[in-house]
Amino acid sequence: MATAYDKVQLARGKNRATGLSFIENIFTDFIELHGDRRFADDPAIVGGVAKLGGRTVTVIAVEKGGDTKDKVRRNFGSPNPEGYRKALRLMRQAEKFHRPIVCFVDTAGAFCGIGAEERGQGQAIAENLYEMMALKTPILSVLVGEGGSGGALALAVADRVWMLENAVYSVVTPEGCASILWKDAKRAKDAAECLRLTAADMEAFGVVERVISEAGRNDKQDLFERVAEMLAIELDRLCDIETETLLKRRYDRFRAF
Amino acid sequence: MNLMGLFKSPQNELEKGGKQPTAQEETHEVTAVCPKCGTQTPVSELWENRNVCRCGHHFRLTARERITFFADEDSFTELWPELTSHDVLGFPGYEQKLKSARLSTREKEAVVCGTCSVEGQRCATFVMDPHFMMASMGTVVGEKITRLFEFATEQRLPVVAFTAAGGARMQEGILSLMQMAKTSGAVRRHSDAGLLYIAVLTDPTTGGVTASFAMEGDILMAEPGAMIGFAGARVIEQTIRKRLPEGFQRAEFLLEHGFLDLITPRHDQRDVIAQLLAMHDSKQQGVCVDSGVKGGERFGDGV
Ligand SMILES: [Zn+2]
Repeated sequence: MATAYDKVQLARGKNRATGLSFIENIFTDFIELHGDRRFADDPAIVGGVAKLGGRTVTVIAVEKGGDTKDKVRRNFGSPNPEGYRKALRLMRQAEKFHRPIVCFVDTAGAFCGIGAEERGQGQAIAENLYEMMALKTPILSVLVGEGGSGGALALAVADRVWMLENAVYSVVTPEGCASILWKDAKRAKDAAECLRLTAADMEAFGVVERVISEAGRNDKQDLFERVAEMLAIELDRLCDIETETLLKRRYDRFRAF
Repeated sequence: MNLMGLFKSPQNELEKGGKQPTAQEETHEVTAVCPKCGTQTPVSELWENRNVCRCGHHFRLTARERITFFADEDSFTELWPELTSHDVLGFPGYEQKLKSARLSTREKEAVVCGTCSVEGQRCATFVMDPHFMMASMGTVVGEKITRLFEFATEQRLPVVAFTAAGGARMQEGILSLMQMAKTSGAVRRHSDAGLLYIAVLTDPTTGGVTASFAMEGDILMAEPGAMIGFAGARVIEQTIRKRLPEGFQRAEFLLEHGFLDLITPRHDQRDVIAQLLAMHDSKQQGVCVDSGVKGGERFGDGV
């Protein structure tokens, strides 16, 4: 039986499928769209338009990067404010063209740096939450690795939130929690247990609607195929819901906590 | 007069910016030492000056002290004072922390909600209290704030908020994180109803509170010198392995970078809030009729 901290390690695992690989393997005709139109293009968040079957979808993913050079370029998947603003720009575009949004979330958290604070990391996340709560198009988010606090939530205010079996979702990293509460980062294992951050916990709390099995997690192709199939069915359902009803349900979904 | 805030010893780094109590003389009145200029001032004199040092340093206030300072006398009616937190996750030590916070603050939670008037103008208000577990946001804090925005939307009232937060209520795990989305939804509905929300950011406003309702006001006001940011200074220093520049994440820094509308000293807050409320009163003269724009919608915003 895997402990909570085992799950944390799995979620951070080296060979785990990254956000961009979900886009590339599930969708076709992906065209990446760059930039927040305000400051820069944040490579930690990748977004664009793609096809899923006959449907055009706006896709957004946090990308931690492949090799070391790519990881550094992508800031190890910790977005800056311009990343969240790019994501929001693409989401508004999706709203304008009445197409659904699919987000793949995998981040240790929003970046903690001088520039991030100067450019309003808190404001950028706040604006995403505020806008996503009222965005007039379906949003579906899949937590595929680490779901790190507000930096993950900024892409997961959605009508459906799904989670891979070995992904985690938490208000704070176990290391951060242990060092703040017990002044001892080495007690991360205990903290992971206390925080209740596993996919099973999330399902029990009602934070996610679906946990996706990773039984054959070495077989990524199988995982991509299953997720693709689930997405196609769910997007059909979501796109059939009247906007007013969709927004009321989205509000009630988060109001319940 | 409630001096409780002045007699508490600092709980952590974030609180050091606040009170530094000393009770060195038995016969004389208790003094508070200003962390900015080092002056010792008798607490009664400080209180006369709304707990602002002569050098301009704003000492932290309890929620009740703030209400005394900004609301019309006897106009405050509290809402949902009975709501109190429980250890839902079975997190070690949480019940004990809640208990001692309740004892030391005589509050049930880190936010006080209600209605009041400012220069005769009615508003809904919530005031966060950094003395209660550093005003971290758990489910009850999130619930009270959400209810307040829903109530204000129903009653068509503006909201005046005083925010504070030293971090997440980690003991409530993911349920604490969900409060950011929950409160943001309620702020959005209030805004879509065309109603005004003034947020006054006080020391310290950080973490998930900054990344949700504190930054979602129509008007963002801050107290001079208030620490405002997303990440805590220590976390940033550990991440970038550099010392942070002087004044980093202070209210003045945020104003300079375009993230605040104004910085208003405590003495002027009531007047400025009253003026803003009056300028947004729907009964005022000269409002453009039927512009066809629903409050809260935005145009051409980068799409
Ligand atoms: Zn002073």
